Amino acid sequence: MNTIFGAALAATAAIVCAGGAQAQTGGLLAQIKSKGVLTCGVGPGLAGFGIPDAQGNWTGLDVDLCKAISAAIFNDPNKVKYIPLSSKDRFTALQSGEVDLLSRNTTWTMSRDTSLGLNFAGVNYYDGQGFMVNKKLNITSALKLGGASVCTQQGTTTELNLADFFRANNMKYEVVAFASSDETIKAYESGRCDAFTTDASGLYAERLKLANAADHIVLPEIISKEPLGPVVRHGDDNWLDVVKWTHNAMLNAEELGVTKANVDSMLKSDNPEIKRLVGTEGKFGEAIGLTNDWAYRIIKHVGNYGESFEKNVGAGSLLKIARGQNALWTKGGLQYAPPIR
Amino acid sequence: MTTIPSEPVETGKASLLYDPKIRGYFYQFAVLGIVAFLFYSAASNAIENLRAQNIASGLGFWNNAAGFDVNQKLIPFSASGSTYGQAFYVGLLNTLLVASIGIVLSTFLGFFVGVSRLSSNWVLSKLAMIYVEVIRNLPLLLQLFFWYNAVLKPLPNPRQSIDLPGGALLNNRGLYIPDPQLGPGGSLIIWAFVLGLVATIAFRFWARKQQAATGRQYPVGWVALGLILVLPFFVYLVTGRPVSFIYPELAGFNLRGGIQIFPEFVALLLGLTTYTAGFIAEVVRAGILAVSKGQTEAANALGLRAGPTLKLVVIPQAMRVIIPPLTSNYLNLTKNSSLAVAIGYPDLVQVFTGTVLNQTGQAVEVVAITMAVYLTISLVTSFFMNIYNKRMALVER
Repeated sequence: MNTIFGAALAATAAIVCAGGAQAQTGGLLAQIKSKGVLTCGVGPGLAGFGIPDAQGNWTGLDVDLCKAISAAIFNDPNKVKYIPLSSKDRFTALQSGEVDLLSRNTTWTMSRDTSLGLNFAGVNYYDGQGFMVNKKLNITSALKLGGASVCTQQGTTTELNLADFFRANNMKYEVVAFASSDETIKAYESGRCDAFTTDASGLYAERLKLANAADHIVLPEIISKEPLGPVVRHGDDNWLDVVKWTHNAMLNAEELGVTKANVDSMLKSDNPEIKRLVGTEGKFGEAIGLTNDWAYRIIKHVGNYGESFEKNVGAGSLLKIARGQNALWTKGGLQYAPPIR
Repeated sequence: MTTIPSEPVETGKASLLYDPKIRGYFYQFAVLGIVAFLFYSAASNAIENLRAQNIASGLGFWNNAAGFDVNQKLIPFSASGSTYGQAFYVGLLNTLLVASIGIVLSTFLGFFVGVSRLSSNWVLSKLAMIYVEVIRNLPLLLQLFFWYNAVLKPLPNPRQSIDLPGGALLNNRGLYIPDPQLGPGGSLIIWAFVLGLVATIAFRFWARKQQAATGRQYPVGWVALGLILVLPFFVYLVTGRPVSFIYPELAGFNLRGGIQIFPEFVALLLGLTTYTAGFIAEVVRAGILAVSKGQTEAANALGLRAGPTLKLVVIPQAMRVIIPPLTSNYLNLTKNSSLAVAIGYPDLVQVFTGTVLNQTGQAVEVVAITMAVYLTISLVTSFFMNIYNKRMALVER
């Protein structure tokens, strides 16, 4: 109880007492610059997306976005303070101003975008909800899960999709909801549930935590749309632009073939699109309150979207997730960034 | 305040200023005003900030469709037709269920352990001491995790359920007991039970009066057994055994039919009961030790054996010391039940402050409601315990 009430109370206290913390000085970007550190709300430990490595350094696709923003502002990817947040506590932490942005596999839904006082800044991972079961059950389809017990983490869209899926297919089920993902996967492992459900990317990540990972399979059905992306507070458009265009810059860099390795030589490129990206032409950085070499800094320190993807969740990681929907639009995927011009 | 009439009292502004009573009122009103202003400004500030950030506020969410499911529910609840308000009641009832059963069980266990600790039987008293020392000195959350794993781990999956006598089945999804279905005339059995209960209370009252008047004792225990158990059973036979059972059986992944008792509930109940019983045991021990030894000796001198001495002389006097701290243990148990969230038991905090808060994002309202609920439960519990305490308190003549 303590953690939940604590977080909720802290948020309440912040909302009650912080007489317009945002309204007082220019904007969040100016505050972050003067503080010298970006406070980033990340997942409490989801392999590939946000998890501390053996040395205690945060890594992951969502963490890379925090690093990219830090690089764009400070020319240093490490001026980030990471706050691990559970699904339940994340929005309250963001609303109360405890974190500057949320970058932790959060699904973009209409109600979250409108009634929580938040804005989604884009989609850095297109996901969908799936199920994991033990091979022993001999199931090949989620449609055969009628009557099953399903473990899930509470306070997520997962909980709602699960109810929708079983309702739509007229199947009975029993839900067992836990506050944290660790307890959920432990309960699944101990046999409390037949199936474990979360976003497909999360299934692969959580499977790594199981003692006999090879005994468990992910069922082919994807039962929902889960566009995951970074979230900021409503009411600071400049900060929203910074987050949105950091992500867009990483996508545009991949599309234009600008990588961490070749970004320095790209400074001499004659391609006008690349010139606008790395800041040798135009004043795009200044327009969002940054320096004109903002995107150069991002690519130099963090890399483009494809590099980040492969390193954290793709071929270069334990997860080995295919690009699939997350490939660039030019390669049949959904990742498409508006141009910098 | 007393005034001395012989002294001439000057009435006027100066005397009002120096009147301690008037001054006292002034300061109390001033403090009250400041506190009220703080609350008002905090509330209006919160409302203003929520509006500025475009966060939904108010209780409009109460009647919105919930869209999620809960496994243990005492009232009908489904993702398709239920609202957040109904989810609140589902959680509240689950909290009340585990708290009320926990209070009853921990009282029995606590009294047993507390009395055992004072027993002259060396093994029994040492066992009770070890129990109290171990249980009281470990964090409750840790104990809940222990019980949850202790309940879950050794149990088989539904396909290899353990058969229990009477058609009950046990597996890692819970304990399934046959669901009794009343046929025609079946309600007579329940009425017979209620009648037996009322008659027992009446008989006990009458027997007490008789004993006070004449000194004769009546076998209250045997009569109670006859009225409460034998009478309904007799009605059951006479009406032609109108009770049938739906037995749990394997269907797909899980068992179907029967009443399911969830492992989360059992683990939470075990954890809360054993933990609180450790504290109650100490309260009981302290209460008994507070009764002077002369009382026991006097009872022995009158020829009472150990059992009646404890029951009639020591415990009634000990209760005066026991009840106030017992009340706070009951309150603790109720509040600790919110740790349910850690092991997936859908209590008020898990369902309402967890899922509902997250789906609606209305932290201020949801947390305020939850706090009000716990406050109400605690105040109601104390209210009744205080009435009981007044009845048990020493009557001075």
